[in-house]
Amino acid sequence: MEFFHEVNIDWLGKKWYFLAFSLIFSVSGLLSLFFWHGLPLGVDFKGGTLIYLKFDQSPDLNRVRQAADRVGLHDVSIVRFGHPADNEIIVSLPQRDTREAALDTGRAAIVQTLQRNYALNGAANAGKLDLDNATQETLTAFLMQADPMHLNNPAVEQVRYPQIADAILNYRDKVKDGLLGSIAELNGQVDPSVVAALEQGADLSGFTVRNVEIVGPQVGAQLRRQALLATLYSLAGMLVYLWFRFELIYGVAAVVAVFHDTLITVGAFSLANREMTLTVVAAILTLIGYSMNDTIVVFDRIRENLRLLRRATLSEIVNKSINQTLSRTVLTSGLTFLTVLSLFLFGGEVLNGFSFALVIGILIGTYSSIAVAAPMLVAYQDWRARRGKAAALPAGKRART
Amino acid sequence: MRKNLTQKTILILAILLIFIGGFVGVPKGFSPAALKQSITDRIHLGLDLSGGTHLILQVMVSEAVGATSDSDLQRILTDLQTSGATGATATKPDPKGQPQIIRVTGVPLDKDNAVRSVLEDHYAAQYDIASGADNSYALTMKVSVVRDIEQRALQQSIETIRERIDNLGVSEPVIEEYGPGTNEILVELPGIDDPGRVKDVIQSTARLEIHEVLGGPYPDEQGALQANGGTLPVNSELLKAEQGASAGGQYYLLNRIPIVAGTEFRDAQPSTDVNGRPDVSFTLTTAGGDHFYQYTSANIGKSMAIVLDNSVREVATIEGAIRDQGQISGGGITQEEAQNLSLMLRTGALPASIRFLEERTIGPSLGADSIRHGVEAAIAGLIAVLAFMLFYYHGAGINADLALILNLVILLGFMGYTHATLTLPGIAGVILTIGMGVDSNVLIFERIREELRAGKSPAAAVDQGFSHAFQTIIDTHVTTIVSAAILFLFGTGPVKGFATTLVFGLLANLFTAVFVSRVIFEANLNRRQRGEAISIG
Repeated sequence: MEFFHEVNIDWLGKKWYFLAFSLIFSVSGLLSLFFWHGLPLGVDFKGGTLIYLKFDQSPDLNRVRQAADRVGLHDVSIVRFGHPADNEIIVSLPQRDTREAALDTGRAAIVQTLQRNYALNGAANAGKLDLDNATQETLTAFLMQADPMHLNNPAVEQVRYPQIADAILNYRDKVKDGLLGSIAELNGQVDPSVVAALEQGADLSGFTVRNVEIVGPQVGAQLRRQALLATLYSLAGMLVYLWFRFELIYGVAAVVAVFHDTLITVGAFSLANREMTLTVVAAILTLIGYSMNDTIVVFDRIRENLRLLRRATLSEIVNKSINQTLSRTVLTSGLTFLTVLSLFLFGGEVLNGFSFALVIGILIGTYSSIAVAAPMLVAYQDWRARRGKAAALPAGKRART
Repeated sequence: MRKNLTQKTILILAILLIFIGGFVGVPKGFSPAALKQSITDRIHLGLDLSGGTHLILQVMVSEAVGATSDSDLQRILTDLQTSGATGATATKPDPKGQPQIIRVTGVPLDKDNAVRSVLEDHYAAQYDIASGADNSYALTMKVSVVRDIEQRALQQSIETIRERIDNLGVSEPVIEEYGPGTNEILVELPGIDDPGRVKDVIQSTARLEIHEVLGGPYPDEQGALQANGGTLPVNSELLKAEQGASAGGQYYLLNRIPIVAGTEFRDAQPSTDVNGRPDVSFTLTTAGGDHFYQYTSANIGKSMAIVLDNSVREVATIEGAIRDQGQISGGGITQEEAQNLSLMLRTGALPASIRFLEERTIGPSLGADSIRHGVEAAIAGLIAVLAFMLFYYHGAGINADLALILNLVILLGFMGYTHATLTLPGIAGVILTIGMGVDSNVLIFERIREELRAGKSPAAAVDQGFSHAFQTIIDTHVTTIVSAAILFLFGTGPVKGFATTLVFGLLANLFTAVFVSRVIFEANLNRRQRGEAISIG
């Protein structure tokens, strides 16, 4: 089967439409960057504290806010996160609450006050072990002290109880996704005497800390600079490679096209008010490589056709080359898009920004190798012709066979 | 031709087996559980998948420089006395901001030459010495010496932190220098999802010192300044007593140069005082003990302060000569604090204090969740791509699908052999490899179709298709590897994992798309009659 059979589209004839299309997207991205949302920075770059919490039922944001207020954390932002059925929220503290000394107080304060607020049976359970937030260490300590299996032998206890603690936590984290519905659920997982002891001395607070990110201001600034530098180095590396393999103008055209993709992708983050994080930067750097791929495939064909079709004009050659590679371009992009889309749909929340960048970037990257990079070669030649220079075809290293 | 093909096929099968071995190992059994176990044994999961804590901390190396210049300052003071330059004194004009500068002032005119030669003889190796107005001298520690001290402080901090974390029983921690020249340390603690205690233990410099008390207590800094005529005396410092310590919250004026420095403590154990309250008893080194004995016997009746991490823990009157034993009670320390403190004193003091720059904790349930999502997305993407290639290219689609699966096997095998870390973005890298991996096949197949359309025989078309596409495939791989390499250099943990899988995936792809896929074509052509069409959609 074939999608594109002997296509013959005059791509260069549509260059004004392409220019308009690219301008609309770049400019609206730029406008949003400078005058609307700016570039929303994630905690990686901005610094601050993020605490991801998961509840066993729909969380009452006001109650969480009151809890935070009570321990003196006043300008926290609390938002729902991910799929509503997952009952997850993000509590974020601005950077000024993360002075070095206080780097950990935000987390500790929030967890403690929530434990007090959310314990199933209220104050009666104060001092009990919170099984939803217990660690291997605290749970083992609890079991060693209670000794529900009456092992009465510290040496044996030190082997058995850590294993039991592991089994309980493994069940909680891997099977129940971090939250137990009730302590009785553990029947069948561990010895009944252990369950009985836990029912006595432990409780479920109904929430768990999924993830904490605390980034000091210094790291944020450092990473911002590094991310920018990495992007520029990457572009410069491509320019040099293409210069070496083709000619300078090919390198310039490809880098302009890739820069155009980067700008539009970053603009999309601003327009959608999505946060830039480290993994998003990683996605953008990948896009630079990917979009370069597409461009090189077209350029390679142009170079080949310049050798084969000596009488054709550059516009004809460029059009022909794009048409000849169109099938490959659309197929590859389509398939990569398919995998990226599955990442966007099934990859979970942590990778959401990353896959969003790839979804946008692959569409734009494919478009730009046809609509930006190749027409630039023709535009460069026309410009040289107008200045009365010989119509030196940017034909690449002709000597090679 | 045929023999050649057999050799190639054997080569491919051998590679397939080797790389399967890379991520499965020699399985202990063939049940799904046993296979899963042997895979998880070999593929090393990053913190974002296994759960744990990632910390970045910075060593305040300038404090180590300050400590060195402090002891030099003390030697200079002794040297000034021995050379008879009474009235001459040495100070640090800016001990916090420029710890590497010492100034010598007030040298009497007749002793100027003597002082100059003493300074030149003893300190010129470490310091640049410049003479200034009124017979003063400025000693600036040489840049190479400063850098040396900083580097040593960093290495020593890494060692100390490693020892402390090992003592806490954290399994497989990573403790290493992070980012060149920034004096930062990366600490990764798998399985620790509440790092509170570990952080306390890491952060306490446990720099225990004993200082001479010059004045105080004062209620606040203002009071201290007023009591001393507006400025603090030369070589003194004002420190606050810790809440809960005797006379908590008050300020003491101390001699900045310690009587006993942190390096002179030999051992520490938690113990209890006469009232049964927890305290920590310490032992000094022989040299430190001698020094302490001299000082205490000469200064009976005066006060000294035990200073821990720049805050006064205890102020005591010297009642008799002490050699090498002592206690820190300071009131109100708990059993756990006493244990932590003696652990830290035993493992050695950090040469400088530590600041936390970044902390990330990934709960175990999130890690498990991420793996599930990642694997789901990978399988969905893989099935979509495999199905599409079959649908679009028919017979040649099988070829591409085999190459793609081999590509993934090699990628995973690579990861197993090189002990590379699989992170969540790394899984995304695998998924991207699936999408980008078919690119080379598509390039080649489209080219073969073109050649077929141009009327070439199947064998010639395959041959031409591969050789024409080869240039392009090299170019596209190099550019993507360039951007992945830059990612690797710039990225931190998870992002590095992504760059690693991407590069491995691309390398594997070069092999499968160019070599394996061609062998399959040739095998196919061999089985057919000359001139019979090949199945390429």
